[in-house]
Amino acid sequence: MNDDVAVKNKKLGRKLAIIAIAMFGFGYALVPLYDVLCEWKWIERDRPDAIKAIPEIAYPVDVNRNINVEFVTTLNENTPMVFSAETKQLQVHTGEYHTVNFYAENKTNKPMIARAIPSFSPALTSTYFEKVECFCFSEQTFAPHEKKTMPMRFVINPNLPKDYKTITLSYTFFDNTETAVKK
Amino acid sequence: MSAVIAEHGHDDHHDDHAHGPEKGWLRWIITTNHKDIGTLYLLFALAMFFVGGAMAMIIRAELFEPGMQFVNPQFFNSMTTMHALVMVFGAVMPAFVGLANWMIPMMIGAPDMALPRMNNMSFWMLVAGVLLLASTLFMEGGAPAGGWTLYPPLVLQTGKALPFAIFSVHLLGISSIMGAINIIATILNMRAPAMTLMKMPLFVWTWLITGFLLIAIMPVFAGAVTMLLTDKFFHTSFFDAAGGGDPVLYQHIFWFFGHPEVYVMILPTFGVASTIIPVFARKPLFGYSSMVYATASIAFLSFIVWAHHMFTVGLPISGELYFMYATMLIAIPTGVKVFNWTATMWKGAMTFETPMLFSIAFVVLFTLGGFTGLMMSVAPVDFQYHDTYFIVAHFHYTLVPASVFILMAAGYYWLPKWTGHMYNEKIGQLHFWLSAISVNVLFFPQHFLGLAGMPRRIPDYAIQFADWNMVSSIGGFIFGVSQLLFLWIVIDTIKGGTGEKVTDEVWEDAHKHGLEWTLPSPPPYHTFTTPPTVIPCDHD
Repeated sequence: MNDDVAVKNKKLGRKLAIIAIAMFGFGYALVPLYDVLCEWKWIERDRPDAIKAIPEIAYPVDVNRNINVEFVTTLNENTPMVFSAETKQLQVHTGEYHTVNFYAENKTNKPMIARAIPSFSPALTSTYFEKVECFCFSEQTFAPHEKKTMPMRFVINPNLPKDYKTITLSYTFFDNTETAVKK
Repeated sequence: MSAVIAEHGHDDHHDDHAHGPEKGWLRWIITTNHKDIGTLYLLFALAMFFVGGAMAMIIRAELFEPGMQFVNPQFFNSMTTMHALVMVFGAVMPAFVGLANWMIPMMIGAPDMALPRMNNMSFWMLVAGVLLLASTLFMEGGAPAGGWTLYPPLVLQTGKALPFAIFSVHLLGISSIMGAINIIATILNMRAPAMTLMKMPLFVWTWLITGFLLIAIMPVFAGAVTMLLTDKFFHTSFFDAAGGGDPVLYQHIFWFFGHPEVYVMILPTFGVASTIIPVFARKPLFGYSSMVYATASIAFLSFIVWAHHMFTVGLPISGELYFMYATMLIAIPTGVKVFNWTATMWKGAMTFETPMLFSIAFVVLFTLGGFTGLMMSVAPVDFQYHDTYFIVAHFHYTLVPASVFILMAAGYYWLPKWTGHMYNEKIGQLHFWLSAISVNVLFFPQHFLGLAGMPRRIPDYAIQFADWNMVSSIGGFIFGVSQLLFLWIVIDTIKGGTGEKVTDEVWEDAHKHGLEWTLPSPPPYHTFTTPPTVIPCDHD
C-alpha cells in the first residue's frame, strides 16, 4: 500500500483506540451514574432504605390486618460468627411497634468489626418497613469471643399495599475488620 | 452488473511487501499477510470449537442420567463456565475475525488489512489469552465455576484462578479491540475507489457495524472485571454490599457489554447468510439497503435493552416495562432480515449444495431461537423461564444452528477458493444432515425441561427430568461426533479434496456476487495490489 494510505490508517487506528479507552472510562462512570439514576423519582427504585432510623410516630393500629414477618440470618462467606434471631417469624398488625432481638457472637480470639446488610423480599415492602432502632445502622465492634444481644424495633406503615401478607427480612453479616482497618 | 475480469496482475510491485511467504514455520509466527492471519484465526477457532465441544460432551455425559456419574459438582460447574468462555471468546468470535481477515480485503479490492502488524499481534494475544484461561483448569481451587457471566459475590469465591481468569479476559478483550480497529480501518480506508459504501457486500457491512460494537463494549467488560479484581484484592467495594456497593451494579455493567456481545456473534452471521443465499438462489439479494439499515438498527437497539437479562433482580416496574417493550422492538429489524432471505429464495433457481443447506437451516432454526427470545422478552413470564433450561435452549438455538451453522456454511463456501480444491460434497451433505437432525434432538427437548422448571448449571436433577435429558444427551453425542466429519473435510480439502480442478468462480455465476470470485483459486499471496476498477454488485 502507498504511504498516504498508511498514514491515514494509523490516524484512524489511533482515533478508534481513543474511543476504546474512553469506553473503559465509561464503564467506571456507570458506577456513580447508577446511584444517580436510582435516586430519580420516576425510577421508583425499591432499594432497601432500611439503614436509616425513622422517628417513632404513633400510627393507627389495624387489628384486622395480619402481616407475617419472617427473619432470616446469614453470614457472608468466611465470617467467623454465630448469628441468629430470637424468633423466625412474627405475626404483626400494621401500625404496631415490635422489638425483636438478634444474637451475634465473635468466634475468634481477635476483635472484629462487622456490618449487617438488610434485604427485603418482596423488595417493594422495604419502603413500608420502618425501623426506629437497628444494629444494621452502623458497623458493630466485637471484642474477642464477645456475645451481643442486638434489638431491632420496627413498625409496618399502614399504607403497605393490600396484596402484601408476608415480608421476609434477611440480614447478612459481613466481616469488615480488614477493610475497616485499611480505611 | 456485468461480469468482470479484475486486474489482479502481478505487474507492478511498488509496495513494501516481499513477493511470497516466508520460508519455513517462522512464516506463521511473524506473518502480517491477511490470508495467513485469516488461516491462523480459522484453524485456532476450529481447534477451540473441539476443546469447547469436549467440555460440552462432559456436561452431557454427566446429565445423561440423574445422580452423580463422572465428575464432581465443582468440576461440572467449571465445565459449564469454561465451555461458554471458550466457545464465545475462543471459537465463534475468532472464527468471524478469521473470515473478516481472509475475505474483507478480497471483497473490497484491498491489498491487505489496514494495520498488518497489529493484525499479527491481535492473533497472538488471543492465543495467549486462551492459554491463560485454559491454565486455570489446573490451579488450586479449580477453574472459574460461577458461570461465564462472572457474577459477584459467587465468582469472588473462585480459588487461585480468579486473577488469571480476569487477566485472560483482559487479553481477549484487547485482542478483539485491536481486531475491530483493524477491520474498521480497512473497510473505511482501503476500499477500491469504485467500491462505494452501499455497494459493499453485506458481510463487510455487518463487520463494520460489529467492529464499532466491539470497541464500544469490550472496554466496558474489561472495566467490570477490573472492578472485581480490586474488590477481591484491594478492598474496594464496587459490588460488596458491606462496603456500600451493590452486586446488581455488576449485572448492569456486565449486560451493557453482554447484550451487544451476543450481537457481535450474530451480525457477521447475518452477513455470511446474506452472501451465500443469493448465490445458490441465483438471484440478487432482496432488499439490500433494508438489510443494512436493519443491521444498524439491531446494533443500536442492543445498547438499550440490557436489563432484560435481569428481570428477576428486583427492577422497578417502570424498568421492567421499558426493557420489555424495547426488547420486543428488536423483533422488527430481525424480522426484516428473515423475510428478505426468504424473498431472496422465492422463485429462485435454487440448488442445494452444502453451504446452501446450512444457510437454509440457519434461517429456519435461528428464527425458532428468535421466537423463544420473544417469549422471554415478556417480563412477567420471564420469571418462569429465568435461569432454567429454557434460556439454555434459546441461546443455543441462536448460536449453534445459527452462528456455528453459518460458520460451517462459510467453510464449505470459501474452502474451494482458499485451497483451490473441491471438498467432498457427499461427506459435506452427510455432515449437514447429521448436524441438522442431531442439533434439534440435542436442544429442542431443553425447552421442555426448562418449562418444567429444570434449573441451568446443575450437575444433578430431579428424576422427572430424566427422559428428556437422556434424549438431549444422545443428540449431543451424535452432534459432537458429526463435527469430526467437518474436521476430516477441512484436512482432506487442504490436501487436494476430490482432485477436481475448481474454476475462479467455483460456484455458477458467483463472480456476479463478489470480487473474491474474480481472483484465481487459490488466490496468490498478494491480491489487488492495484485496485479493481469494475466491481460486481449483486443488488440494484
